[in-house]
Amino acid sequence: MAYFLQQLINGVTLGSIYGLIAIGYTMVYGIIGMINFAHGEIYMIGAFVSVIAFLVLGLLGVTYVPLALFLVLLTTMFFTSVYGWTVERIAYRPLRGSFRLAPLISAIGMSIFLQNYVQIAQGARGKPMPPLLQGGFTVFSGGGFDVRLSYLQLLIMLLTLALMIGFTLLIETTPLGRAQRACEQDIGMAALLGVDVDRVISLTFVMGAALAAVAGLMVTLYYGVVDFFIGFLAGVKAFTAAVLGGIGSLPGAMLGGLLIGLIEAFWSGYFSVEYKDVSVFVILVLVLVFRPSGLLGRPEIEKV
Amino acid sequence: MAALPGAAATGAVRTGSPISMLFKEAVVAAAVAALLALPLIGLETYDVSNGGLGIRTRFGWVVVAAATAFVGRPLLTLAARLRRARVPGGASLPGRAASWASAHRTAITAIGVGAAVALPFAPFASRYLVDLATTVLIYVMLGWGLNVVVGLAGLLDLGYVAFYAVGAYAFALLAQNLGFTFWQALPLSGLTAACFGIVLGFPVLRLRGDYLAIVTLGFGEIIRIVLLNWSPVTGGPNGIADIPRPSFFGLPFARVAPGGGLTFNSFFGIDYDPEHRVVFLYFVILAMALATNWFTLRLRRLPIGRAWEALREDEIACRALGINPTTVKLSAFATGAMLGGFAGCFFATRQGFISPESFTFMESAIILAIVVLGGMGSQLGVVLAAILLVTLPEFGRQFAEFRMLVFGAAMVAIMVWRPRGLLSYRVPTLRFSAAREPRS
Repeated sequence: MAYFLQQLINGVTLGSIYGLIAIGYTMVYGIIGMINFAHGEIYMIGAFVSVIAFLVLGLLGVTYVPLALFLVLLTTMFFTSVYGWTVERIAYRPLRGSFRLAPLISAIGMSIFLQNYVQIAQGARGKPMPPLLQGGFTVFSGGGFDVRLSYLQLLIMLLTLALMIGFTLLIETTPLGRAQRACEQDIGMAALLGVDVDRVISLTFVMGAALAAVAGLMVTLYYGVVDFFIGFLAGVKAFTAAVLGGIGSLPGAMLGGLLIGLIEAFWSGYFSVEYKDVSVFVILVLVLVFRPSGLLGRPEIEKV
Repeated sequence: MAALPGAAATGAVRTGSPISMLFKEAVVAAAVAALLALPLIGLETYDVSNGGLGIRTRFGWVVVAAATAFVGRPLLTLAARLRRARVPGGASLPGRAASWASAHRTAITAIGVGAAVALPFAPFASRYLVDLATTVLIYVMLGWGLNVVVGLAGLLDLGYVAFYAVGAYAFALLAQNLGFTFWQALPLSGLTAACFGIVLGFPVLRLRGDYLAIVTLGFGEIIRIVLLNWSPVTGGPNGIADIPRPSFFGLPFARVAPGGGLTFNSFFGIDYDPEHRVVFLYFVILAMALATNWFTLRLRRLPIGRAWEALREDEIACRALGINPTTVKLSAFATGAMLGGFAGCFFATRQGFISPESFTFMESAIILAIVVLGGMGSQLGVVLAAILLVTLPEFGRQFAEFRMLVFGAAMVAIMVWRPRGLLSYRVPTLRFSAAREPRS
């Protein structure tokens, strides 16, 4: 029981991180129908920017941890968003309205480019981060096993929750959110009715990148080491999460992320660590076979 | 700089753009470039002795990045405008090249095959060149195999490397455990890969395009992870070594034959030369690639090939006409997988050593890029794209660390420049003859 609870906590923490990345995939897919393959690299860039921001703050003498965290969060989100915006502007916007595979190949090229760019600019070695937040609560103890919820895990869950609430409000109530929903339903009609489609798409990429940046920051804190290759696997899993939840659906992305995190945690906890990635994909295949449009996705009706 | 008001005013009139617009664009581009460069180029982390990280600045490079963007952005705008002005709806240079290539198809095929056959005997041929050409041909074959799935049947497969891996490991395991030779194992490798294609395809082919893409990607990763962790059978990360080399109708390429029998050089009465095997491998893959090409071109004319292309164009219409989409897709998937398996078998015998390292997602991405960059469905385009993508990193050997950077940037640039691929002009397979058109 205690062991189960511990895996649950680990799984939810991991799932929050995947969910934040998955939102970037699902929003872009919902609006322009492309797989933004470079999104995993944006998350990796977020992780690197956060490491650098921590170091700069350390030099400037900011040692009060909450303030440092807040400042790093803001800088990381800002700089990573600029990357998200630029990637869309350079690699995807010229290909809008082109045939379906062109943006995908362009995205794969962008992903290779960004990976090597960070490798050259910052070196191939992993970047270690000293733990900032230590300690935690003992939630439950039984059978000689303490279930720990560290302050860091709590922070990750609460921050994800806060971002999700803020994000849902943004989509539901602001004019920008309305424009995004309009573009998702029918991009041509939205353009005819005066929605600036290019701007909406740019901002979608900016928002996705900002959330991925938060995920990057969390991973830096959680694992304490960052290298230029983390983007690929995290990106694939987050996309899997988006598909699992029903691509195009925001709550679906979060749900998918949590599920992937839980599957991974329980599989590593009870079966084998080596095959945890296999478990994720096998479950994805099973879900798609029985529910082809994902858990919360609308079934798509093909019209002639 | 270039944006001095007096000097550029005439240019502005000619291109029809207010110079202030160009200047504004340049300033914005420079600002964005500076922001991009600031954290990752302007600041550099380095390891310090106690295991932590230190940080130092490189602001000079931020200025370089901003200046490049400031000059580059208006130039790109002007170039795009010039291009639009020069070809109003007309064919661009590669477009004309594509239609020219399509008109002289037989001649180009003959010259291409002739050049490929003559390559090892050319005066400038070296062992390095023949090796490189062999690599190009492996990718050409993989590209043609994936073209059946992506180009003809329109199924997006992001895990094609899985079948390549299955073919390679099938041969390696057959050779290691049962003593099979290359020629005995070749058909079995293709068959095994095709079986994997069917097993994977059966549950997932009902899915729409992008779901299929992610499931195939996942399948590619599953195969790689299993190969990596199932150490008792696959050797895990150490891979399988000592894979037998192919023989020339039973004659091995060796200084001394293992059983004291004839070798290639003693049979023909020539001196032993290790290059014989390199050249022989080159001809084997050339023959395999040409057979693949011939096979797919024939298939396209059969009812099954027609069904693939019809399904790509309109699935609903196909269903209405009584074509079973799942069976047709499955056949395309299995055919592509089989061709990938053959290529994998050759890869194993050529390297003599395989490990999961060779079958990462990057390989799938490069093969897909070859198909799409070449122009989907175009056989000649695949050849051009394979030559481009395989030799491009070779040219950059001096700048080893920058070559993948340039590779990624080139993929983006080619897509932006020619979204439908280099040779996108494609003659429909089925065409009514002129005599049957309008009757007057």
